[in-house]
Amino acid sequence: MTQQANEWDLLIEPKKKLLSIDFAEIWRYRDLYKQYVKRDIVTVYKQTIFGPLWFFFSPIFTTIMYMFVFNSLAGISTGDIPPAVFYMSGNILWGYFAACFSTGQTAFTANQGVFSKVYFPRLVAPLSGITSSFIKTMIQVLPLIFIYAYYVMHGVPLHFTWEALFLPVIIFLIALMGLGFGLIVSALTVKYRDLNNLVAFGLQLWMYATPVIYPVDITSNPKLSLVLKLNPLQSIFTDTRYMITGMGSMDWAGLLYTAIFTITILFLGVIVFNRQERTFMDTI
Amino acid sequence: MDNNIAISFEHVSKLYRLGVVGTGTLSQDIHRWWVRDVLKKGDPYLKIGQTNDRSTKGDSDIVYALQDITFDVERGDVVGIVGKNGAGKSTLLKLLSRITAPSTGCIRAHGRIASLLEVGTGFHPELTGRENIYMNGSIMGMTKHEIDRKLDEIVCFAGIERYIDTPVKRYSSGMTVRLGFSVAAHLEPDILVVDEVLAVGDAEFQKKAIGKMKDVSQSGGRTVLFVSHNMTAVKSLCHKGVLLENGMLKEIGTTDDIVAHYLRRGNAVENYRKWDEPEIKKDGFELLEIGVRKKGGNWEDTMRVDNEQELVIRYRLNEPFEHLHLTFHTKNEQGQKIFSFSSGKQIDVKHNKGIYELIYTLPANFLNWGNYAFDLYVVKDKSKVFIVEDDIVSFTLANRELAIGSWMGKEPGDITPYFSCVEAKIN
Repeated sequence: MTQQANEWDLLIEPKKKLLSIDFAEIWRYRDLYKQYVKRDIVTVYKQTIFGPLWFFFSPIFTTIMYMFVFNSLAGISTGDIPPAVFYMSGNILWGYFAACFSTGQTAFTANQGVFSKVYFPRLVAPLSGITSSFIKTMIQVLPLIFIYAYYVMHGVPLHFTWEALFLPVIIFLIALMGLGFGLIVSALTVKYRDLNNLVAFGLQLWMYATPVIYPVDITSNPKLSLVLKLNPLQSIFTDTRYMITGMGSMDWAGLLYTAIFTITILFLGVIVFNRQERTFMDTI
Repeated sequence: MDNNIAISFEHVSKLYRLGVVGTGTLSQDIHRWWVRDVLKKGDPYLKIGQTNDRSTKGDSDIVYALQDITFDVERGDVVGIVGKNGAGKSTLLKLLSRITAPSTGCIRAHGRIASLLEVGTGFHPELTGRENIYMNGSIMGMTKHEIDRKLDEIVCFAGIERYIDTPVKRYSSGMTVRLGFSVAAHLEPDILVVDEVLAVGDAEFQKKAIGKMKDVSQSGGRTVLFVSHNMTAVKSLCHKGVLLENGMLKEIGTTDDIVAHYLRRGNAVENYRKWDEPEIKKDGFELLEIGVRKKGGNWEDTMRVDNEQELVIRYRLNEPFEHLHLTFHTKNEQGQKIFSFSSGKQIDVKHNKGIYELIYTLPANFLNWGNYAFDLYVVKDKSKVFIVEDDIVSFTLANRELAIGSWMGKEPGDITPYFSCVEAKIN
């Protein structure tokens, strides 16, 4: 019986197992993955004069706005880290998380046209999405480097710590957590779109619960502090700032918590994605 | 297992829910989840699924788009899938292309499948023609290396050398289609699944496209599944046919048989009617039989543009008629009346009681291919219309046999005359 089944190259059945990712197949489609990444980057600055420079504008302007609203007007301290470096690093990290989340969330809706006509391993689309967002994020790091260099030259004691070797891990955690959450939301909203109305609001709320615009030790209330630390994104922001400035402290326990959290969420996300993948065209 | 089988459908069914997704469907979902996943009793909605007949209103909003489809396709076969709109053709291709999963049953296949449900899938308007070739090619499963190798050929086949570095948004729609088809034509799958993509492009390009498909199917034993409403294209490309009706497999056979059966029943065409108990009767006139057929042929024969057709009417007169004539209004597919003809003086004489047969001969090479219907008017005393029957009989004319590579589309207009013409070299 199994002998027979093996002779067929392809078997199309009603249901797949929960967690069956055909990595070999995804690898075969690596050229498509590259094409998608290239398309995402290239199309943004087609017919523009400044081209990729436009990727700089969003973090620079947001940083200026944050410095004015939260630092000057509201008077929220950024600790020892200069506000420009604090806000811009927070903004870039959050921006990447939000981009990955949105890639996952729109995995089906944004690719509806292609998904309804051609088969390829569906995971290629969100995977290329987080990759192109990563490249855009790396471009956004350039202005941060200039500002960083400016402060260093003016005697502010900013320096990288050895823990900065873990920056790639941080990037992975952001990407996978964002993607995992996004995929879960997308599966929940493919059929009943009610939740979509709450997502933008929820994401904003989450940003304010994350140390993007304030340091995590802003409150001395132990209960509030615990709530902040339960946020799986907290350690990412706190630790990254420590790694690149040497100010604050490294929260290893928090990072471990975030890593476990991320793996769980990604696991769930891929399961629901797999479930939806084969029938979403009927319900979308 | 027969090793010569490329694709095997086993009891494949696909259910769809009609109507709008909303609060109503949530309760169904919960019920389904409860019965199927908690009580483990199987999907409750499989039972209440109904045959998918678009025109009749059913009492369940779950329908079978496909129901218990079982058939095998042999390697190297070129199979035409025909059926009217909503028969399940596209659903079948979608399942095979893995766009959506079947509700029950399974499909097995040998080799790489490329499906062409649309040309130019994934084209991005901002990217140039060249960039889009790579984009579209990789979506269809080609590797960069393969595309590199075939790039020149693809550009040449599409005939858009000049525009290759211009964004696709500046292309005419025809150019976009050419480019898309050209990429698809250079795929090298073992199994090619084609939906009606040939319905696009101009005459010259259609020729090229059909010719290319023919090449693909003839070289190297590739298997092709082809869905089309264009019977001429199906006949010239395929040697096997599958007829679907209301989501069910009606017949498998040679293309000629399948096309003939489709043309007769697929379009609700009724080219012969007979009443044992006359329904159309008035003032002593009773219609017994009416039909259109190939001249001298049977009612089942395919009628072709280049044959003569005959319209046969039998009626009984229970009273003598002083003056009687029958007028027919001919309507095309859109229901427009295109011309009328009448028995006129030929039978406008005194009729005694009895049964009569009247035969009209319609000339060959006159009506274009397509569906036609007649309205019947029975007139007495020179101007009194006493019976009017719309769509009394309808029929389908098939196209002439065409050589491979000729224009397969329908020429404009309702008539397709052959005029004699003479050419002389005068200088």
